[in-house]
Amino acid sequence: MARAVSRNTKIGYTIAAWFVALLIFFPILYTIITSLKTEQEAISGFNLIPSFTLQSYEDVQSQYNYIRPFMNSVIIAVGSTILALIVAIPAAWAMAFSPTKRTKDILMWMLSTKMMPAVAVLVPIYLIFLRTGLMDTRIGLTVMLMLINLPIVVWMLYTYFREIPGEILEAARMDGATLGQEIVYVLTPMAVPGIASTLLLNIILAWNESFWTIQLTTTNAAPLSAFIASFSSPQGLFWAKLSAASVMAIAPILIMGWFSQKQLVRGLTFGAVK
Amino acid sequence: MATRQTQSLARLMRAPAIILLLIWMLVPLGMTLYYSFLNYNLLSPGTTSWAGWFNYQYFYTDPAFFQSIWNTLVLVLGVLLITVCGGIAIALLIDKPIFGQGIVRILVISPFFVMPPVAALIWKNMIMHPSYGVFADIAKFFGATPVDWFAQYPLLSIILIVAWQWLPFATLILLTALQSLDGEQVEAAEMDGASAFARFTHLTLPHMSRAITVVILIQTIFLLGVYAEILVTTNGGPGYASTNLTYLIYRAARLNFDIGGAAAGGIIAVILANIVAIFLMRAVGKNLD
Repeated sequence: MARAVSRNTKIGYTIAAWFVALLIFFPILYTIITSLKTEQEAISGFNLIPSFTLQSYEDVQSQYNYIRPFMNSVIIAVGSTILALIVAIPAAWAMAFSPTKRTKDILMWMLSTKMMPAVAVLVPIYLIFLRTGLMDTRIGLTVMLMLINLPIVVWMLYTYFREIPGEILEAARMDGATLGQEIVYVLTPMAVPGIASTLLLNIILAWNESFWTIQLTTTNAAPLSAFIASFSSPQGLFWAKLSAASVMAIAPILIMGWFSQKQLVRGLTFGAVK
Repeated sequence: MATRQTQSLARLMRAPAIILLLIWMLVPLGMTLYYSFLNYNLLSPGTTSWAGWFNYQYFYTDPAFFQSIWNTLVLVLGVLLITVCGGIAIALLIDKPIFGQGIVRILVISPFFVMPPVAALIWKNMIMHPSYGVFADIAKFFGATPVDWFAQYPLLSIILIVAWQWLPFATLILLTALQSLDGEQVEAAEMDGASAFARFTHLTLPHMSRAITVVILIQTIFLLGVYAEILVTTNGGPGYASTNLTYLIYRAARLNFDIGGAAAGGIIAVILANIVAIFLMRAVGKNLD
């Protein structure tokens, strides 16, 4: 039963919470505001009311061909996620429904591969990419991101699949369903929500990945994280344009993130906190 | 009979993921280990030779190495301190009955979805810039001299940015744990006359301890690899003032083309990460049964 709280207390908490929330959100809010300013306005002191011009958005596209890194991000994030799901769904299914004595060890080992610091394999991966012509290609980066996120994908799917009651599968087997039928008619409908959550979280992770994207691309395959990082050495002032580029880079994923708060907890703690 | 068929099929279904991860783990790591014993610089090809322990010795005796290890520790501990303490405080606040809780949650969680280069550039230019940043505007408003953050306090500046990115994560995990706290137990304690502080230290904090552990361990794994934030703000400088181990290795590999040295550094990074990983695996493993 919810405890009765006096109206004044609630208002007090509300003011405190909103203050903290706006403080945390402020850098993003200010970036959105700055993106709507002219370059001159952007560097003339603190000002929360922009002139609402979309000039910077146009400039970013016309001067830097923004659509290319954006599409690279979409292709690489979605592509690596789908690749990871293709490999991970059967594996997670097998581990959830036909566990062996070693299943737990295999899962823990998969998790351990995620602990390997990226920089530890920078040298060999960089050399392999240089020598095989994978450097600055979307396919190379897609495979790379698939590999680094595969353990999380397997784990997340596993925790979802494990919640599907095994009796249903047994019942289907008793009724003479083949394994194929079992997957198509019984498992798939129940697994779709878990797969969708996994897909969402993994797209977020792949979209924001910034180590390998910067190391393994230059111009052709550079997704947004590498493209924006190249703004670190500005030629002249460009506050409004940087803001516009930033807003477009984070907006899609911010919105997806708002819808996946629960999955985020689950995916990033490997089911340790629910 | 049917089960044997199922078992072999299950093995077949597991195989691609396991084989891929096995290759992904063994091949690059084996190559790193091999390179770490070579004199190998991309700028002087053809002079590659066996180096024995030289790369490790070289890395170990480089003053930059100790500074980068120190910076790594300060960065990880600083961010953990801010995010865990801040996360507990904010989680407790958001868990209270407030108007617009959903929106507050969305605002608080947002920084986590900002990709590292964008987060760092927003802070560098919009917030901390000595002439045009919001901090400078505030300082000027009070008649103070604006601080040149990245020149004067490079490591602290990076800690602030990274803490801003990870505070939502800590808050969200701790809030999830907080919401599973038994309300009746708290109420009973309240009726028995336990003070708010006593209720927090004896009920809430023990209940959250597991989540706090998980937050610390997972964040540590990611914080050991902080890279893009350093690249776009200080470039590791001035000097090595804001270079962590990840950045030092990146520098050796990509800017000095010293393959052997970077590989030796990579092996050291693996050892460091493994120490953390062992603890994390225990925490997660316990929950698996």
